[in-house]
Amino acid sequence: MIELFDLHKSFGKQKVLDGLNLTIRGGMTTMIIGRSGGGKSVLLKHMIGLLRPDSGSVVVCGKDITRMNDRDLNEERKKFGMLFQEAALFDSMNVLENVAFPLREHTKKKDSEIRRIVRDRLYDVGLSGVEEKMPSELSGGMKKRVGLARALVMQPEIVLFDEPTTGLDPVMSEAIDRLISDTQRNFNLTCVVISHDLKSIFTVAHRIAMLYEGKIIAEGTPDELKQSDNDVVKQFLKGSLEGPISVM
Amino acid sequence: MIGSIFAVLDRTGRSVIHVLEELGGMLFLFVSIARWAVSPPFKIRQIMKQMEFVGVKSLFVVILTGLFTGMVSALQGYHGFKMFSAESLVGSTVALAMTRELGPVLTSLMVTARAGSAMAAELGTMKVTEQIDALYVMASNPVKHLIVPRVIAGVIMLPALTIVSDFVGIFGSYFVGVGLLDINKGMFIRNMTKFVDLGDIYNGLVKAAVFGLILSFIGCYKGFKTTGGAEGVGKATTEAVVISAITILICDYFLTALMF
Ligand SMILES: Nc1ncnc2c1ncn2[C@@H]1O[C@H](COP(=O)(O)OP(=O)(O)OP(=O)(O)O)[C@@H](O)[C@H]1O
Ligand SMILES: [Mg+2]
Repeated sequence: MIELFDLHKSFGKQKVLDGLNLTIRGGMTTMIIGRSGGGKSVLLKHMIGLLRPDSGSVVVCGKDITRMNDRDLNEERKKFGMLFQEAALFDSMNVLENVAFPLREHTKKKDSEIRRIVRDRLYDVGLSGVEEKMPSELSGGMKKRVGLARALVMQPEIVLFDEPTTGLDPVMSEAIDRLISDTQRNFNLTCVVISHDLKSIFTVAHRIAMLYEGKIIAEGTPDELKQSDNDVVKQFLKGSLEGPISVM
Repeated sequence: MIGSIFAVLDRTGRSVIHVLEELGGMLFLFVSIARWAVSPPFKIRQIMKQMEFVGVKSLFVVILTGLFTGMVSALQGYHGFKMFSAESLVGSTVALAMTRELGPVLTSLMVTARAGSAMAAELGTMKVTEQIDALYVMASNPVKHLIVPRVIAGVIMLPALTIVSDFVGIFGSYFVGVGLLDINKGMFIRNMTKFVDLGDIYNGLVKAAVFGLILSFIGCYKGFKTTGGAEGVGKATTEAVVISAITILICDYFLTALMF
């Protein structure tokens, strides 16, 4: 579904992606793990053409989006939904208008119908009665859930989630994990989820890819990764200070 | 020795490239604004909102600026013309200065400070909090959504504000000249209508439209290019105001040279 070939990306002198290869399979949830600051968000932004690689290619449904013009890329993006790490809600609009935004932009639905859809999507993420609030009046976790509702409102084929459960309480995390895996299953979505939440790794993910030093060093099912004898993977999954990953 | 020459060349080369990149970026944005401005659907609600922000909300400062500029010009002019016993020329002089120069330029500078800066700050914040990326992701073009309404508002509202400024400036000069300094009312008005024609007003309004384009374009460009968090937003805002003000003053010279 999404294929990344030999991606290189640097910001100034800092190399973030260094010859990364990865295939995201269709109809599955792939989880990307890796250390903080390791380039996971950067990787996700390459998948939807927000960042262009210095070299390498990103192929979505057989089409190389790194060589597309803006108009074609725009069309391609209609297949996607994305939840940003900091939610990226429009702070000049209230919650209702935020979630309704893609509907108003790309559909001709009536206002009453849009309101109904928005209410349902907000209900799915455990929010009700917040339609009229502005993003600045929401907590971090609420923003994230509004962002999630907005990412799913157009029923996209591919959804990219940047840390959907970070900053939520354990119960809410569990609920969001369940929402993601239910939506994924019901609509046969292709999901890419970045997460630090080791518990959700094993409940949500069909496949896991570990990003380390600009490359994917391991990819497979959760069980395969648990059995992995790669030291980096072992240390990361254990959360131990001992091993090749150093904190400094 | 050789090393330091290379260092200098290297630095010069870099800054030339940087300037070229900046100009290229501006040109690119300008073309894409022009393209999106004429392609439907038009964001009428956004445009109205920006027109209110740029126009209606600037009304108060523009009136104050225009009024006191007209008043002080009348006062200064009176003392000058009195030496030649030509006090009755005060009205026409102030009216010419207001319609040709002071109206459009001062209005634009005030709106730059008020609205141009706000454009840079608002878009800059949207940029650093990834709201602009979010627009791209939702297959909506930020140029169309954010920049075109602001530029249209700038181009339309600056002439409108300038008319107000001209009017209250002339009123201010009348108030000071006729009301306080006892210049003959009939002469004051007759000279004014004799020396100021519609062409002066019209040219002033064309200037205002150009300045409106400049301040909204630069405000949006700087906002759009913002990087580096809150500090970056502050920097973008300052740069937007300074660059807009300078560009307006320089363009004013050339427009004047072309027009009059
Ligand atoms: N636009 C940018 N300009 C410059 N550097 C950037 C930019 N975006 C990311 N980086 C750098 O790239 C590196 C990877 O960032 P990224 O946000 O992808 O990390 P991450 O893996 O998502 O981390 P976290 O788990 O903390 O979110 C960081 O060191 C960051 O400083
Ligand atoms: Mg991240």
